[in-house]
Amino acid sequence: MKIAYPIFRTEDLCAYYGDFMAIKHVTVQIPQHQVTAVMGPSGCGKTTFIRCLNRLHELTPGARITGKVYLRDEDILEMDPIVVRRRVGMVFQRPNPFPTMTIYENVLAGYKLLGIRLKREEADRIVEDALRKAALWEEVKDVLHRRGTFLSGGQQQRLCIARALAVNPEVLLMDEPTSALDPKATLQIENLIVELKNTVTIVIVTHNMPQAGRISDYTAFFYLGELIEFGPTAEVFTNPKDPRTEEYLTGKFS
Amino acid sequence: MNASYPARENWRRWKNQIVLTIITVLALLPAVPLFLILFQLFKEGLSSLSLDFFLHLPAPPGESGGGIANAIVGTIILVGLATLIGVPISVMAGIYLSEYGRAGRLSEVIRVCADVLQGVPSIVIGIVAYAWVVKPLGHFSALSGSVALALMMIPVVVRTTEEVLRLVPDILREASLALGVPYWRTVLKVVLPTGMVGVSTGILIAVARIAGETAPLLFTAFGNQFMTWNPLEPMNALPLVIFNYAMSPYEDWWRQAWGASLVLVLMVLGLNVVSRVLARKIAGEK
Repeated sequence: MKIAYPIFRTEDLCAYYGDFMAIKHVTVQIPQHQVTAVMGPSGCGKTTFIRCLNRLHELTPGARITGKVYLRDEDILEMDPIVVRRRVGMVFQRPNPFPTMTIYENVLAGYKLLGIRLKREEADRIVEDALRKAALWEEVKDVLHRRGTFLSGGQQQRLCIARALAVNPEVLLMDEPTSALDPKATLQIENLIVELKNTVTIVIVTHNMPQAGRISDYTAFFYLGELIEFGPTAEVFTNPKDPRTEEYLTGKFS
Repeated sequence: MNASYPARENWRRWKNQIVLTIITVLALLPAVPLFLILFQLFKEGLSSLSLDFFLHLPAPPGESGGGIANAIVGTIILVGLATLIGVPISVMAGIYLSEYGRAGRLSEVIRVCADVLQGVPSIVIGIVAYAWVVKPLGHFSALSGSVALALMMIPVVVRTTEEVLRLVPDILREASLALGVPYWRTVLKVVLPTGMVGVSTGILIAVARIAGETAPLLFTAFGNQFMTWNPLEPMNALPLVIFNYAMSPYEDWWRQAWGASLVLVLMVLGLNVVSRVLARKIAGEK
């Protein structure tokens, strides 16, 4: 499928863990400023796929990638992984704020850990801005200097989103960001995702079909490491082309 | 079939009680020696503890009175210097084992070496420090004693550092890497601070262990009747005082040896308590 403004383009992407091929010949284009849901049964390679997009995959011992991944028009496999990861942020399955840092420091982690010095006003502005974007500002503005780990699970996850947004990435990868959260916190994060797509492209792995239906514009369906189907969510959900997608969507396997 | 057997049930309850009592008594047995030791030390040593004992230098042989101020200062300097020598090396090695070489062959070699080093008798380490430092310098010195103590400390700190850093969850490393932070900065600024309490605990345990070592000091720090702050001179230490006084023919010195033992044990116990409190703090944070 051709996309007018792709931010990511993969060509014959394969990812391995040792000899095991976890992603098989995936060629796909991911549209800019949209939410793309990556779906599929457990172990189908969803997480591996998005970890290829910020080159986190290769950190696993024995893991490697073949094929091409373009971020706009640059081949990320040729780029410095550090630069790729500055432009492609990530939110993980379990909230992982840095336990040694305050809320304030957590948001600025992308600067502090790199040794980038910020002026006080600038730092304050970045923190407020990122926390507002993550819909967390009102809840934490008076406790910015408490440890991030004091927050509830849902707040911690929004803190992690703020931390990722603070460095102004072009893309935000989200690996089942609500699977460890309760329904209320999940809803907050879903609303947030829909708002965020105006400023950042989102690629979200999710196990939760209704969630994908609610928040995503495009859906990629993976099965056993292959990309089975990709298209606008409404189309994939109502009129899947591949029988396996249909079987998955109707709950025949999961 | 459903009839109950009250007699039998009572007997079971009794059996349960008896076994529980036996096991509890057996579980308390290992604590008994510690309390016996402490009792003995307090009984024999408490009488020699006085302000003079802490503030004065040893009296000449045969004269009564005097204190162990130089040995207390000496132990602190010897152990402090050993920590300065041993900790940087060990922590860096621990970081390597946990963060860089996890499954590598070099790591295996380092781990085996650390384990073997830990098993080397302390008297042998003393002899080696004599050959390395005392001979070239031409005289006994606190520095040589600290080198010996550092050698004893290294394996303990290497292994605890490795183990504590391994406990830092991978998702924190990934969080940092995903922000575009290079691996070495991730290790220094995320992994190490997160594991810092544990690393400090390991260091304290190692310090507590070496503070009481005698054999490595016998022909290195050697002992000194006078106060010295100079690490290049022979220096007194609590274990050396205990050793020398206990071997002496003077009853007053025997008494002081008990006093010094009490001081040493209380120091080591104190360090252990601090490290436990720290360890509990880590557990509480998770």
